[in-house]
Amino acid sequence: MTAGSDKTVKLRDYRSAHWDEPIIMEMSVPGERGVYVPLAEPEVEGLVGSDADAFIPAGMRRTQPPALPELSQHQVLRHYLRLSQQTMGMDLASDISEGTCTMKYSPKVHDELCRSPQMAELHPFQDDETLQGALQILWEFRTILCAISGLDEVSLHGGGGAHAAFTNAAVVRAYHQSRGELAQRDEFITTMFSHPCDAAAPATAGFKVVTLMPDEMGYPPLEQVKAAVSERTAGIMITNPEDTGIYNPHIDTIVDLVHEAGGIAYTDQANANSVLGIARARDAGFDACHFNLHKTFSSPHACAGPATGAYCCTDELAPFLPVPVTTFDGRTYHLDYDRPQSIGKVREFYGNVPVVLRALAWCLSLGPRGLREVSEISVLNNNYLMKKLLEIEGVSMPYDEKRRLDQVRFSLQQLKEDTGIGCHEFQERQIDFGVQSVWTSHHPFVVPEPFTPEPCETYSLEDLDYWAETAARVCREAREDPDLVRNAPYNQPIAKMTGLEALEDHDTWAMTWRAYKRKHGLAGP
Amino acid sequence: MSDEFFVHPYIPNSVPETKRRMLEEIGKESALDIYEPIPERLRFKGALDVPGPIHSEAELRRHMQGILAKNASCAENLSFLGGGTWQHSVPAAVDEVANRAEFVSAYDGLYYTDMGKQQVKFEWASQLGELLDLEGVGLAFYDWGTVTGLSLRMASRITGRNHVLLPDTLSPERLAITRTLCGPEEMPASIRVELVGHDPATGQIDLDDLRAKVSDETAAVYIENPGFLGSIEGQAEEIGRIAHEHGAQFVVGVDPISLGVLRSPGSCGADIACGDVQSLGVHMSCGGGLGGFIAFRDDDPVYASECPLILFTILPTEKEGEFAFAEMMEERTSYGLRDKGKDWVGTGAGLWMVAGAVYMSLMGPQGFREVGETIVKRAHYAARRLADIPGVSIRFGDGFFKEFVVDFGGTGTTVADINAALRERGIFGGYDLSRHFPDLGQSALYCVTELHTKNDLDALAAAVREIVA
Repeated sequence: MTAGSDKTVKLRDYRSAHWDEPIIMEMSVPGERGVYVPLAEPEVEGLVGSDADAFIPAGMRRTQPPALPELSQHQVLRHYLRLSQQTMGMDLASDISEGTCTMKYSPKVHDELCRSPQMAELHPFQDDETLQGALQILWEFRTILCAISGLDEVSLHGGGGAHAAFTNAAVVRAYHQSRGELAQRDEFITTMFSHPCDAAAPATAGFKVVTLMPDEMGYPPLEQVKAAVSERTAGIMITNPEDTGIYNPHIDTIVDLVHEAGGIAYTDQANANSVLGIARARDAGFDACHFNLHKTFSSPHACAGPATGAYCCTDELAPFLPVPVTTFDGRTYHLDYDRPQSIGKVREFYGNVPVVLRALAWCLSLGPRGLREVSEISVLNNNYLMKKLLEIEGVSMPYDEKRRLDQVRFSLQQLKEDTGIGCHEFQERQIDFGVQSVWTSHHPFVVPEPFTPEPCETYSLEDLDYWAETAARVCREAREDPDLVRNAPYNQPIAKMTGLEALEDHDTWAMTWRAYKRKHGLAGP
Repeated sequence: MSDEFFVHPYIPNSVPETKRRMLEEIGKESALDIYEPIPERLRFKGALDVPGPIHSEAELRRHMQGILAKNASCAENLSFLGGGTWQHSVPAAVDEVANRAEFVSAYDGLYYTDMGKQQVKFEWASQLGELLDLEGVGLAFYDWGTVTGLSLRMASRITGRNHVLLPDTLSPERLAITRTLCGPEEMPASIRVELVGHDPATGQIDLDDLRAKVSDETAAVYIENPGFLGSIEGQAEEIGRIAHEHGAQFVVGVDPISLGVLRSPGSCGADIACGDVQSLGVHMSCGGGLGGFIAFRDDDPVYASECPLILFTILPTEKEGEFAFAEMMEERTSYGLRDKGKDWVGTGAGLWMVAGAVYMSLMGPQGFREVGETIVKRAHYAARRLADIPGVSIRFGDGFFKEFVVDFGGTGTTVADINAALRERGIFGGYDLSRHFPDLGQSALYCVTELHTKNDLDALAAAVREIVA
């Protein structure tokens, strides 16, 4: 494959760390200690006695100590550092692979700030006057999101993107309830290529969900939308561009149709990497949207959280936002709990403040031009990678709409037909070249044998060429030596998994070591 | 591309020559050509009204430090705040591992590439399972409030019933989240949330009220141990029996740092346990350290089947004695079945499982025993010193763990005024209960942990004595 950079692409002879580390419970040496905790002073015991159990109701005292491992400090540290080495992590690898996840570089200076006592040692119930810095962070980032979305108010409570989607379902529920229309409006509309949470969150909130399917263009035709909306419509929850990277050009007409039926229109902008300063939710008519601060706004994914789903809405929906809402009177910042129409709460306290800190610092480092540059480069990167991948025999891009923004859902259907090698085998071989396992698709697999890379602005031209070359190599191997691909991976921390029937078998699955020992006859007397 | 030259350290391809070559490769004049699919009418024309850029890292650090300096933290003040997140000791080795770039930057890498991460999560679940005496543990999610609501929804699906009972001493935050998750009663699929009264002498559940309200329509009876107002629920086993007699699930919320000295939910007959892992090696971070867990019995597959959280199982590999870890029963989640899945799941609190695994390994059984004993003794010492002050009393007797209700009613001073005066002395007083628990008058929820020394507690008592004098 020709590289866009001057350098020839040479695939790495990658080897994962392989420490053969036991389960920590098996490493226990009775009597070893990892850390000492403070003990009560003699004066304390002098006043209250030396028997803590005296204060615990008789039936509630622990008599059997928990079977935790007993290890000294270095042994614990070494074990977990070794396991960290057996974790690829985006800082070390190429996470172009994890499409829909917007894996971008998270600046280290943010971590340094989050670890300072002025952030890490704050209690959310402290008086407002002692939290002016934290509240300023929430307020200033709120203002930035208002500019990016064009909407009026923001809630930063959501602990993840799906949590913001649930916040929307609860806010819309309260909105219709306040108008006496909740009993009538019991349906939410979404699309198959919107994130699964856009269907699951309204269902959890008690709504029926109508899912629209894409036509040959890759998005639902307007006729299907018209047929779906009615006096029962509570709202729509739609991603755009969708998982496919396709932008629905009729999005404002869809919003109009929902509005005409009396519904609320919400767009899931968890991944807004292609549209910062390019297109705003408000300009397409949306009443609400959300952003994942751990995607678009650089907060690290952290093994799946802590995270933030920032929910933005119009003034009309703002009275229903969860409490407290951050306010600013021009001099000081406050937390406002006195909001009688509020849905109440979706999360304890008021959000992941360190995640918001990172998002604010990231925006400040970029400014308006830089935010737009993020989006422009992410679509440029994607279109470049798209061209490279479509040069590979066996890789195709479904749907008549051939233009893509931030990502592409490709298909290996042709490769599968030609060689028997599909997306899962591809995935397990590609990782042997030191890239993260590629994201296939959310379920169900509408695109056959799917894979979805997303090359954010973080990645260099050389990174893009490298990723494309790994894909080309695996497709070539599939044709020349399919068993080589089928038996992969080879260079990973463990050998190939077996016993997959346990994934669905109550007799053998084990979520904990104690369950494993019991179910596999290893339990002690 | 945009007209001005702008090379950003986080954007390698912002170098003009690189952009030019890439555009040439794809046959476009500018990035704006790639935006062709977005109709002109939907394009944002102006410049975003946002501040920045702050170009240099040094200036950015200085700017952000300036904002953070406006906070007063629990590091330089003496804090007695709890009520859902608590200031406990975080061993340095915990931070060392939890701050590893591999873990901080990992996400959804699968079973081979992120095998180490999966083992850490399995060890987290395994150790939590030992504290709880339960075999099934889901991966951490959001916070205690959310997992309370999700546990009750789980119980509702298991029993096919739509009524749950919770103590009226429950955390107002957790109750509000539970109500949001259970839905308004006018919706057909909603779950009716009903509160059970408490014994004013002990803070424990009023068993007569429970017996009057539980019925064969009840999906779950939920208790917390220790409760939000601090009391240890001594009747847990009896409450579980009452729930089971009516075919209801027994759900127990728990602060896991108490489990070196308190009996486990599993041994009390809990079908499902939930709680927050922040006390296990995670900094408070203004509420950013929360992580809810759900654990359950695994003698019946219905619990795993109805749990909405991600579940991992240990598996063999082709190499004898080696283990892998993979997601089990994947299809039942919202990722598998969208709106037909079990509620929803998503990115939640993964890094706090890493911190928790290290914390539990460092502490071991002896560490949990000692931290529990220290907390109980110091909390009672603080309570007695405060109760010595004229006009100050402790509510609900002495059956508490780390939190307790201090009633200032006899002092003629409000909690708000006392806390303001304490702040002037570098002390963050307890959480003011007067808004959510008006029946308690001018009371505050005080939290004492292993970090509070005798001298700290004496300083608190001396300050309160001076303020209310």
